[in-house]
Amino acid sequence: MNLASLQADLWTVAPELWLLGVGLLTLLLDLVVPAGRKAAVGLTAVVGLVLALIPTSSMVLWQPRTVLFGTYAVDGFAVFLKIIAIVTTILVILSATDSMGRQTRFEGEFYALLVFTALGLMLMAASTDLILLALSIEYVSLTSYVLAGFLKGNPKSNEAGIKYFLFGATASAVMFYGFSLVYGLTGTTNLYQIAQRLSAAPVPALYLAVALMLAGFGFKISMVPFHQWTPDVYEGAPTPVAAFLSVGSKAAGFAALVRVLVVTLDPSRVNWVLLIAVLSAASMTLGNLLALPQRNIKRMLAYSSISHAGFLLIGVAAFRGDFGTPGVLVYLLGYTFTQLGAFFVATLIGSQLGTDEIPDYAGLARRAPVLALLMAVFMLSLTGLPPTSVFLGKFYVLAAAIDNGLLWLAVVGIINSVISLYYYAGVIRAMYIMPAASEAPLAEPAGLQVALGVTGLGTLIMGIYPQPLIDLARSAAVLLRL
Amino acid sequence: MLSLIIFLPLVGGIIILFTSKTNETLLKGIALGASLASFVLSLFMTALFKIGGGFQFLELGNWIPSLGIHYHLGVDGLSLPLIVLTALLSLLSVAYSWRIELRLKEYLFLFLLLETGMLGVFAALDFFLFYIFWEITLVPMYFLIGIWGGPRREYAAIKFFLYTLVGSLAMLLAILVMYFNAQPHTFNMLTLIEQQPLAAKPVLAALAFWGFFLSFAIKVPMWPFHTWLPDAHVEAPTAGSVILAGVLLKMGTYGFVRVSLPMLPEAFRIYAPAVAVLALLGIVYGALVAMAQTDLKKLVAYSSVNHMGYVMLGVASAAAAAGIPEKAVAAATALNGAVFEMVAHGVITGALFLIVGVLYDFRAHTRGVDEFGGLGARLPMYTGITMVAMLASLGLPGLMGFVAEFFIFVGSFGIFPYLTVVAVTGVIFTAAMFLWTIQRIFLGPFNERWAGLPDMDTREKISLVPLAVLMVIFGLYPRPLLDVINAAMTTLVAMVR
Repeated sequence: MNLASLQADLWTVAPELWLLGVGLLTLLLDLVVPAGRKAAVGLTAVVGLVLALIPTSSMVLWQPRTVLFGTYAVDGFAVFLKIIAIVTTILVILSATDSMGRQTRFEGEFYALLVFTALGLMLMAASTDLILLALSIEYVSLTSYVLAGFLKGNPKSNEAGIKYFLFGATASAVMFYGFSLVYGLTGTTNLYQIAQRLSAAPVPALYLAVALMLAGFGFKISMVPFHQWTPDVYEGAPTPVAAFLSVGSKAAGFAALVRVLVVTLDPSRVNWVLLIAVLSAASMTLGNLLALPQRNIKRMLAYSSISHAGFLLIGVAAFRGDFGTPGVLVYLLGYTFTQLGAFFVATLIGSQLGTDEIPDYAGLARRAPVLALLMAVFMLSLTGLPPTSVFLGKFYVLAAAIDNGLLWLAVVGIINSVISLYYYAGVIRAMYIMPAASEAPLAEPAGLQVALGVTGLGTLIMGIYPQPLIDLARSAAVLLRL
Repeated sequence: MLSLIIFLPLVGGIIILFTSKTNETLLKGIALGASLASFVLSLFMTALFKIGGGFQFLELGNWIPSLGIHYHLGVDGLSLPLIVLTALLSLLSVAYSWRIELRLKEYLFLFLLLETGMLGVFAALDFFLFYIFWEITLVPMYFLIGIWGGPRREYAAIKFFLYTLVGSLAMLLAILVMYFNAQPHTFNMLTLIEQQPLAAKPVLAALAFWGFFLSFAIKVPMWPFHTWLPDAHVEAPTAGSVILAGVLLKMGTYGFVRVSLPMLPEAFRIYAPAVAVLALLGIVYGALVAMAQTDLKKLVAYSSVNHMGYVMLGVASAAAAAGIPEKAVAAATALNGAVFEMVAHGVITGALFLIVGVLYDFRAHTRGVDEFGGLGARLPMYTGITMVAMLASLGLPGLMGFVAEFFIFVGSFGIFPYLTVVAVTGVIFTAAMFLWTIQRIFLGPFNERWAGLPDMDTREKISLVPLAVLMVIFGLYPRPLLDVINAAMTTLVAMVR
């Protein structure tokens, strides 16, 4: 490889390099901005991230290829997930500018860490080499541990950080063992070369490797049985961080999972479809059943995020045809808007009323009508009622399941949708039917209002006019396969 | 024009959202104006409608072309009466709700959203669109029951929501099965009827049939899926009950006639006897349980189970006769009766729930049938209208209900003679129940507790008189309505053959 082509390759990672710069700038700014005005640091990060969207989205329609010695993919799939990562980070920072300032002195570092995590998520989405994949997953994990335990004075936050770290370290170790087995079987770390050589590998060893790798990915996407950390971490971590983990990490985890399964393992003789389908059914069902008795909104959203991981896995299991992979992408984007919106409402209630208990949402429809309406839309969207974004996602993955002959999985999916209505409607019931404890209107910080507006509009527009997005997801779903 | 009819209420609802909640007169005015405009337009459409002209007022636009989803609307003789009925009942309900004080703004918004959803269901010719409208009706109804309902409103609301969601998701799977078996993949209902994508795949056809069946049967509701209905009807506010009984239940039977019958005729024919037996159980069970009720609202609710059983008997008979030319006339007759009964039941039961509301909401605040007596002498107007509605409901010749039931029995006797004989006995129970109710409330010695009860006021008359007049007109001269329905049903039966 000569210098010129290396230069050209560097252009393709311009968004990543830009984000690195934004992160460093945020750290530096934090040194000079006086306490009390740290929100400016967050806003700088937001501007930087918004600018990063321009080069990223310009790559959507590029010819798929790998760069940097075959370790990094430039394809629509990666770009789509990078956009999700950036948008998530922007919205989370906006939502945090008010509440974090009151909870910690280290507000600036918080924003910098989020930007760096976004960079890690982008790397995860595009890695096509086991080593780079391992490094980026580990990178995202490390920053996430710190973010989860960010409120040093809060024992629950500490618990969340430690718990996340212990679970994460174990899951990573197991996954790396799986990687090493794959390397041992094929003699290469490049996903495309692995795909070509796997056909000669002994099948039992491959099954073992797949199972071990699933532990790592399963941890990132909170798939049953690697989900136990989720409720505790979401509950203890600062609410914006919980929002970020439930959407950003999940999306990047799915990116890595889909790439490894569809690109690398599909040509081999490992029948992972049934395995994923069973895990999907287990995640949906267990997540839902455990969400039913929850009274804490963050724990409820944590369990519901486990069940949504199960729904997304339907799309992974049913990846053949025109619906599976675009379904995962559409679902992820729709879920991003809705789940973030729900967490933002929780952030606002948490910082204004000092509570995360669902019964304390009583009478919200009178105290903050717009907020309550948005939350109702988010809850109905999470249930999968049209015309909303998650409905579109569910529609897509259910269609994929039927297209792939996985009718039983689709049936499990709809049964779970019905179960989930019960606890989502519980939030609506509190807000609209239960009487208010006080009639005082709630203050709504500007940053949160913007974030809520974007998520609310995103949820509805995706449900009413999804055509452009579907086209985008379809073109993005053409994974680079050599 | 069809889009205008469907979306005018929603536009009104959105304007209401942005209106100050203290200006109640304006809020009510907007709601009334929107539903009135929609109703007037639907009448106008009826005037322009050509009988026997198939689907008319078609609107076709691209919506999500990459999935083959279109914005596709149209009406035929089946949907036109239901659309007019929906617009009429919504208008009357808004008029009746004039005295709602609690959270008026939200109430009116939800009501108008509900109207848009219902109208959309009857007009949609694209399955995706149909599904979206179908689901849109759930949410406002949940809130209407949950916020403005009776003492057990929360339980009733969530039960209604869960039950119907089970059904609609089953329908979603059935729709997707249809979609993937059509070549090319399409959600267009007319194309799917023409193509019969599942004709050669009996297993898939059976699965799709039962998927649709679950959805529609819960909505109708057929025995044994009816348990949500008494709760929802009893707890819902009066206007909510009117809409629930008058229109939402028709969505289920409409689905059977619009979807199951023409799209899956083979599967429906095979399972028609089972459906007919369930319908029969609904008829007998509904009438018997209604007779045992002392709560007037519950009584009317169970009489709905009974009447919707007649509708389903007619539909199932037509399905059983699919593909048998010599039974085509009987099938068309049964279907005519079934569709006529949908409209009749909407008018009659809508009126009955309003009648219960008149007594309960603002006067007696009790619905115990046994607590009244001798009201006939004190409330002549109220008594007169109630008698008309109840006699229409029990099928007295000369009123709307009789025409419907007559056609159903004549048609289904040629197809399921034994079942029909049993079903006719249901009429006796229904008659006994309503006559007994009339006797207990309006006849006999006067209960002095109600000495101060005023007769109906203008607003209540405005809501009720038009319905009573309709019952008499279509009872004596059903021809105009029957012609509209008959043209569509004859086409349908011919198509199924």
